[in-house]
Amino acid sequence: MNFPVIKGASYGLIQACDMVRYQGTTQTSEMRLNPASEYLAQMPGHLRAFADAVAYPPNQVYIGNLRPRALRDIPSPWYNNPIPNASAQGTYGAILPQEDFLGLMKAVDKFDLVLLEESFQNAAAERLAANAAVSGWKALAALQKGQAEAAQIEALVQEHKAEPLYNGGKLVGCVKKAHDFDAALSEHVMFENLVAKASAAFALALLLQKTGLAAEEVDYIIECSEEACGDMNQRGGGNFAKSIGEICECLNATGSDMRSFCAGPAHAMVTASALVQAGIYKNVVVLAGGASAKLGMNGKDHVKKGLPILEDMLGAFAVHIGENDGVSPIIRTDAVGRHRIGSGASPQAVMQAIVAEPLNRVQLRISDVDCFSAEMQNPEITEPAGAGDVPLANYKMIAALGVMCKDFEKSELAAVVDRIGMPGFAPTQGHIPSGVPFLGHCRDMILEGALNRVMIIGKGSLFLGRLTNLFDGVSFVVERNPGKADEPAQEATSNEAVRSAMAEAFSSLAASLRAQ
Amino acid sequence: MDLENQRRIKEFAEQYGSEDFILVLGGGEAEASGLAAETVSVGDPTFAGPLAGVSLGLKAYHIFELKDEIDPAVYEEQISMMEMVLDVDAIMQEVATYRG
Repeated sequence: MNFPVIKGASYGLIQACDMVRYQGTTQTSEMRLNPASEYLAQMPGHLRAFADAVAYPPNQVYIGNLRPRALRDIPSPWYNNPIPNASAQGTYGAILPQEDFLGLMKAVDKFDLVLLEESFQNAAAERLAANAAVSGWKALAALQKGQAEAAQIEALVQEHKAEPLYNGGKLVGCVKKAHDFDAALSEHVMFENLVAKASAAFALALLLQKTGLAAEEVDYIIECSEEACGDMNQRGGGNFAKSIGEICECLNATGSDMRSFCAGPAHAMVTASALVQAGIYKNVVVLAGGASAKLGMNGKDHVKKGLPILEDMLGAFAVHIGENDGVSPIIRTDAVGRHRIGSGASPQAVMQAIVAEPLNRVQLRISDVDCFSAEMQNPEITEPAGAGDVPLANYKMIAALGVMCKDFEKSELAAVVDRIGMPGFAPTQGHIPSGVPFLGHCRDMILEGALNRVMIIGKGSLFLGRLTNLFDGVSFVVERNPGKADEPAQEATSNEAVRSAMAEAFSSLAASLRAQ
Repeated sequence: MDLENQRRIKEFAEQYGSEDFILVLGGGEAEASGLAAETVSVGDPTFAGPLAGVSLGLKAYHIFELKDEIDPAVYEEQISMMEMVLDVDAIMQEVATYRG
């Protein structure tokens, strides 16, 4: 079978300290319910400088300058052990400061909703023109006009006609409401949607820059964030995907949005793979931007425990799925895992459905997978908030499932967790940590021969939408490319294929003997 | 404990009384499970939800404590994996503390 392949992946981070304060829901809720709170008074003192965000080890992993397991060698807490001479430019992406990102929001705005103060806008235009990822955007022309007066911005914000944009505590712009009374087009919704659009467009620009994919080669874009755009008659009508492709001039592409909370990216990857394998499209990009609402989500616990506000990063990613090139790692579309409506909600039922069942279907065992990437939340963010180490919890469950499937002995549990796992490194931006942050590393580590087979897992908490108590989970397997099926394989690859086929045959025989 | 869950438990307790009504927990961590057990027995210690200052006197058990009451096949299929993953003794000890 000619499986689709992962041709490349890019990752963008944006540090957005003022958005933490003014748009993160933990902070805005506190402002509404308890405006004189001690937390709101203390929080600004816990915000970190851009250089600290760049040198923060998990952020360096996210943009590809360090492998995830390198975090094991960096003493905890990581925020006290910055990477020396860290760069905001990474193998797979880049970290952008908020002042540049506000310029991007203005650039991607097609309805003149974003206003920036004149000197701020001019400076942003100058910096973005020198940013290699976006300097070619025709959309940057928007920064050459429409500069606003500070008084005009202040008036719009005061009259509740616009969401404020702050930088360094100073009001530098605003996002206007897009309709007089339509709640789906309010200033706050338009702000969130423009954040999602601008950050995803940044990730797509990074993908084109880093991988050499030409914008005109992109056939289809699947956007999989957790935002919804539309008006009061179709609140989630869409289409983020095309609006993002338009910015990067993917003129031959169409696209659509796919949603399933944090499992969205895994659903989108599976769908993209199917579209490519079926021959409907040759090049599909799966992407998502960041969620401003989640900035500072666990800030109260971080401040209480004396930590910096580590949730100051908007995350974004883009992945290119293409036709089999005989080299890039393949996506095993015959081993897609899914949590069915009837699977049950216990952790065991979930893991059985998304880990054991798809592997069994293709005569693989949990022990045949070198590494798993499930919910890759940075534990330094979640542990102080009482949510534990999420990736570690997943690895323990997978290892325990392996014991139940008789792939491992119970005494091996800790060693297995160590072997199949890695520390979490992604910002807690919902859909962003869910499996996909590892795809860039995974692709290169498979090409380097460090890994052979990886399982990517997305999980979603659907109850948050108050329509169902069902859980969601989707998984897929990424594997070393054994060579194109319709071309003679290289000798080395052919031997590998024979070895693999024999190993699978023996494994299957052993399984049937055990079953007897 | 989740405020919505507090509200529902309060309603159930009012409807069925606390005599023949127990709460079964499935939490993955000792402290959080203990907090839930405390909330339904003596009241919400965080004073945030409907059970703040309301002592329902309900007895809470973690599902691990009820192993002997459950069909072994069902337990094996639903719970045994998590038994390997979680700190079972710490959870059971913490939850038992709040049953007086």
